[in-house]
Amino acid sequence: MSWVKEISKVLYVDLSKKTFWVESREDLFSKWLGGIGVAVQLYKEEVPKGADPLGPENAIVLAVGPLTAVFPMASKTISVFKSPLTGTMAESHAGGRAPAAIRFAGLGAIVIKGASERPVYLVVEGERVRFRDAGTLWGMRSAETVGRVLREALPGAGLRTIMRIGRAGERLVRYANVIIETYRHFGRMGLGAVFGSKKLKALVVIGRRSSKVPKIREYREAYAEILEVARGAATKKYHELGTAANVLPLNKLGALPTRNFLSGRFEGAESISGERLLESLSRRLSCVGCPVACIHLAAIREQYEDEKYFYKVENVPYDYELLYALGSNLGVSDTVGVLKLIKVVEEEGMDAISAGVALAWATEALERGLITKEHTIVELKWGDWQAYSKSLHYIVEQPNDFYKVLALGVREAASRYGGEEFALHYNGLEPAGYHTGPLYHLSLAIGGRHSHLDAGAYGMDEGLASAKARVPEPEEAVRLIASEESWRQVLNSLAVCLFGRRVYGPGAVTKALRSLGYELGEKELEELGKSIYLERHTVKLSEGFRPEDVKIPRRVLETPTPLGFVTEEYLRRGIQHFAETIRKQGR
Amino acid sequence: MIAAKAQRLVVLDANKCVGCQLCMLACSSRLTHVGPAKSHLLIRSAGGIERGFVVVVCRACQDPPCARVCPTGALSPLPKGGVRLSSSKCIGCKNCVDACDIGAVLWDEELEKPLICIQCGYCVDFCPYGVLGVEAL
Ligand code: SF4
Ligand code: SF4
Ligand code: SF4
Repeated sequence: MSWVKEISKVLYVDLSKKTFWVESREDLFSKWLGGIGVAVQLYKEEVPKGADPLGPENAIVLAVGPLTAVFPMASKTISVFKSPLTGTMAESHAGGRAPAAIRFAGLGAIVIKGASERPVYLVVEGERVRFRDAGTLWGMRSAETVGRVLREALPGAGLRTIMRIGRAGERLVRYANVIIETYRHFGRMGLGAVFGSKKLKALVVIGRRSSKVPKIREYREAYAEILEVARGAATKKYHELGTAANVLPLNKLGALPTRNFLSGRFEGAESISGERLLESLSRRLSCVGCPVACIHLAAIREQYEDEKYFYKVENVPYDYELLYALGSNLGVSDTVGVLKLIKVVEEEGMDAISAGVALAWATEALERGLITKEHTIVELKWGDWQAYSKSLHYIVEQPNDFYKVLALGVREAASRYGGEEFALHYNGLEPAGYHTGPLYHLSLAIGGRHSHLDAGAYGMDEGLASAKARVPEPEEAVRLIASEESWRQVLNSLAVCLFGRRVYGPGAVTKALRSLGYELGEKELEELGKSIYLERHTVKLSEGFRPEDVKIPRRVLETPTPLGFVTEEYLRRGIQHFAETIRKQGR
Repeated sequence: MIAAKAQRLVVLDANKCVGCQLCMLACSSRLTHVGPAKSHLLIRSAGGIERGFVVVVCRACQDPPCARVCPTGALSPLPKGGVRLSSSKCIGCKNCVDACDIGAVLWDEELEKPLICIQCGYCVDFCPYGVLGVEAL
């Protein structure tokens, strides 16, 4: 059997009718490889124009790729859905055991559509789906408990993935996430709310199969070569301190967003740094198929107030983005405090970046008198993590109108209460933690998912800063961003982890694919990347997205970056150029 | 790839296991069908991954219970420990799976036969963290 045939089964689940079926979609997998390439096409087929992101007409697409689980670091599942935060097609990636489980259930993609009238969870085993009642799981206070219950109730330990939402998803917090294997997430753009709107509490996939590799000798050779690179300098940073290694260098550079981007330097950076967290590091974990083990858990040991000889030890995953969003950007420098805030978003199941940015806006709005304590219930002050902890729960519980609005994202909150000039978002999506310079902010405005991962343009800014080089003209910047974003479409179609982007250069990719029977040259891959780039952007345009309408938060222009002040004119010219180019290409 | 020496697989330190399952993939790739699901060892969480992992490998028992319960003699004990599977004799009753207290007799869902570790040690070199090793019998 050809590899394309092997990986091209798509499982469709209709939650309204409680039916499922499998179709072989070789047409898609042969043209678009897999991952994002295929997921965008399935999205186009399934989600009608004008669909309500939280209505049954929205669909959830999960896709893996040709390298999934058979090559090192090919460990991402790509989800595509219409975002309740941005109102356009969205994308979020996650690892854990999900890709391997989907792949060895014999599937290349899963499409979930419709909506159930009552809470359910799905168990996918091979090509069979069981619909299970989730009445008991719905409303549970911690998403971790949900995971534990399912872990004990279901078979397939070691060969399964358990994706679930927390209360945030149930209550349609627009930036709710989907948690996988406790420490990985479809974090961004609100997939958790889409699950919640469909009354889908969890999705369990068990993968017990295998695949015959067409050229086993070539395969073993390519595998060994790639594994060696994956274990070397290319991933050293992630392997050692993990992404938390970014805190100190970004702070030194003046690019660590602090107190709602009021500054690029945080005096408390030291105590939320990867180096400091090493003192609490308790365990290292990896996604299936990845030698890097970038996942770092910290243990917090806490005494019970009422029983002073009783302690509890909890493990909290930390990553750079969380340390920025719930640390520096809220002025929180208490190490344990930050970890506890991370714990709260883990239990509730919401995106730390969006939640942190929303709270940073609320803190400033309160300071400036746009809102009062009546709104926030607790006094929000920079650094007061206990108050933030309560506030995070309120976002989920929504005890008043203010929190109902805050649960819709910072864009909605600012349009209702004011303070748009310091509401950090691009097209509704709150930014990740890099105030590195103009290319980064431009990339957030024009990126397919308005995410730092679209093109990793913070890296371009950092490069310019360290080389003391001239910032390119906006038109040139757009070209650089588009070219990187295009190549990343290839990586996201193979579904390799972006931390492996230096492992999977064009040479390694073609070699890996060849051992699986693909005849794709480097040029063809590049062309494919460009086509997928265009497809993604064209879908968004057809959904009514207008790049020119993206608002630039004033705050971004007021706080200097390592490359000086970002100007409105620069970003506008870039956005204009992007809009013209993409419309021309799309025609 | 039959192990030449009498040796067995050992778990040196399960605490260092990160759950990457590279060992499982390596095991399966000795043959023609690749996938952690076709592996002769299993890495699973110890009740939630924050508690770490259980590394399930065949111990190469001296008096292997799996062989004792096999109704067809498909599993034969080796002189220094461990068993060999003679696939053509196996009727797929799963007695051996139930008999192994550590759960090291895994199941091939595609062939409906047990996955019996041959103690070759191929997986050892693929573990990035030195969790696995071999020792002579
Ligand atoms: S680098 Fe980290 S996120 Fe990427 S596959 Fe490896 S463990 Fe998972
Ligand atoms: S499954 Fe096969 S090897 Fe195992 S006990 Fe039954 S016949 Fe013997
Ligand atoms: S290769 Fe090593 S670290 Fe990875 S799962 Fe196997 S034993 Fe654990």
